[in-house]
Amino acid sequence: MAYSEQVIDHYENPRNVGKMDEADAHVGTGMVGAPACGDVMRLQIKVSDEGVIEDAKFKTYGCGSAIASSSLVTEWMKGMTLDQAGEIRNANISEELALPPVKIHCSVLAEDAIKAAIDNYKSKQ
Amino acid sequence: MKLPLYLDYSATTPVDPRVAKLMCDCLTQEGNFGNPASRSHVYGWQAEEAVENARRQVADLINADPREIVWTSGATESDNLAIKGVAHFYHKKGKHIITSKIEHKAVLDTCRQLEREGFEVTYLEPSTEGLISPEQVAEAMREDTILVSLMHVNNEIGVVTDIAAIGEITRAQKVLFHVDAAQSAGKIAIDVESAKVDLMSFSAHKVYGPKGIGALFVRRKPRVRLEAQMHGGGHERGMRSGTLATHQIVGMGAAFAIAQAEMESDNARIDALRQRLWDGVKDMEEVYMNGHATQRVSGNANISFNFVEGESLLMSLRELAVSSGSACTSASLEPSYVLRALGMNDELAHSSIRFSIGRFTTEADIDQAIEQSRNAVIKLRDLSPLWDMYKDGVDLDSVQWAAH
Ligand SMILES: Cc1ncc(COP(=O)(O)O)c(C=O)c1O
Ligand code: FES
Repeated sequence: MAYSEQVIDHYENPRNVGKMDEADAHVGTGMVGAPACGDVMRLQIKVSDEGVIEDAKFKTYGCGSAIASSSLVTEWMKGMTLDQAGEIRNANISEELALPPVKIHCSVLAEDAIKAAIDNYKSKQ
Repeated sequence: MKLPLYLDYSATTPVDPRVAKLMCDCLTQEGNFGNPASRSHVYGWQAEEAVENARRQVADLINADPREIVWTSGATESDNLAIKGVAHFYHKKGKHIITSKIEHKAVLDTCRQLEREGFEVTYLEPSTEGLISPEQVAEAMREDTILVSLMHVNNEIGVVTDIAAIGEITRAQKVLFHVDAAQSAGKIAIDVESAKVDLMSFSAHKVYGPKGIGALFVRRKPRVRLEAQMHGGGHERGMRSGTLATHQIVGMGAAFAIAQAEMESDNARIDALRQRLWDGVKDMEEVYMNGHATQRVSGNANISFNFVEGESLLMSLRELAVSSGSACTSASLEPSYVLRALGMNDELAHSSIRFSIGRFTTEADIDQAIEQSRNAVIKLRDLSPLWDMYKDGVDLDSVQWAAH
C-alpha cells in the first residue's frame, strides 16, 4: 500500500494528540468505531461560551489513514464554530489526504467522530 | 531506495546463490537445456539424469524412495493433486475428508471445491496454542472417511503437528493421510518411513530454491492411487503431465540437499535469533507470542502487540519486510482466520506481526527489528484510545462500541 505524502506527514507528526477531561461541561467527546473492526477514534473538542471550538484533541487506533484523518480534522476544527465543524464532510478529508477508494471509510469515521463530539457537547448544555 | 530488511522468510526465501548457479547451467545452448523426456539423443539423457538426481535429493531429505516423488509447480498444486486426486479416485469408498481450520488456502479452498462436488469435510478446531491433537483426529473419523489432510508446520504461527501420532491412527483405520510440509521441509527432520504419511506436499521456494516448482510424495507401499488433475503426455507416471522444468527441478534438488546438510547449524542459529527477538520485546506490557511455546519451528515469531492496529504498525515498520495478521483494506477488516481459530479476540489478532527469520538473517538485523518494533509500539500506543482505556482500568469488552 502506497501512502500519500499528506497521510505520511500526519502519521509521522500527528497534530493534537491527547485527551481532555470528559466530565468538563465545555468538552464534547466523540468515540466511534470498534476494536473488532480495527478502528476506534476518539475526538474531543473544547467549546467556548460563544460556541467556538478552542481546542481539539484525538487518539486513534486504526490504520495510517484513520490516524491522518483524525489528526487533520483536529487542525481544521480549531477556531471553527460548531456549525462550521458540523459541515466538514468525509469527501473534504479524503480529498485533502488523497485517500484511495479503499480508505474512504477511514475519512467517514472521522466525519462520524466530529458529529459525535458535537452531539455530546450539545447534550451537556 | 534502501530496501527494507527482509524478515518474511515464511512467505518466500531468496534462492541460495549455490542453487542459482546450478540452475543457470540448465538454460542456455551451452547448458543442460534438453527435454528430459527426449529418448533419442544425449540432450534428453543429460536432462533426465539431472532431473533424476534432483528427485533423489528431494527423496533423501524425507527418507523416501525417489520413485515416490512427483514434480509439480509448487505446494498449491501438490495439495490440489493430493486431495482432489484421492477424492476422485476413492469416492466410491467414501466421501468424508478431515482437515483443520488453520490449513493453508491451498487445502481449504480445495476442500471447499470438493464440498461443492458432494464431499463432506470436517474442519478440526485447533487448541488456543494452535495444535490439532491425534485424539481429535481419531474422534472425527467415520466409516466413510477417506482422507485426513493436515499441515506439518503452520505458515502463520509456526507450530508443529504431531504427524507421527496421527499417522498411526490413519494407518490403523486404512484412511489416507496427506501432510502439507511446505513450511517444515528443511526446517525439521522428516522421515516418511517412520511417520505413516501417505502423501506429502513440498515447495522449493520456502527452502532457498526457486518459485514455481514443488513436489508431491506419493507412497508406494502401501500403494496410494491418485486421479491425475493435469492430463497430457503422461509424465510422472501419469500423475502429472507436462514437460519437466529441468532448471527448476535441479534448483529444488540442490536446495533440498543443502537444507539436509545444513539444517542443524541453520536451526541452532535461527533459534537463537528468534529468542533474541522475543527477549528484546517481551518486557513491554501486553505483548504475546502466538502459538505453542515449544512445539514450533525456529524461524517463526508471530507476536501480538495489544492495543496497536496491525496496518499502522506495518506502516511504522516500513523498514522491515514483515507480514501482518490482518490487513484492513476495506470497511470490513478481516483478521487472520488462523489467529481467530485459536480463539484470539479480534483486537489481538489485528495487532499481530509475523517475523520470519532465515538463513541470511543476522544478529544486527534482529537488533534493528527490536528497536523499530519498540519505537513503533510506543508511538502507536501513545496514539491509541484503547491503550488509554486499558491504562485507566476500563474493561474493553464491557464497552458498548458504536459499530459503523
Ligand atoms: C503451508 C503452505 N502450503 C502451501 C503453500 C503454497 O505453496 P506454493 O507457493 O509453492 O504454491 C504455502 C506457501 O505460501 C504454505 O505456506
Ligand atoms: S481504519 Fe480500516 S482501513 Fe483505515
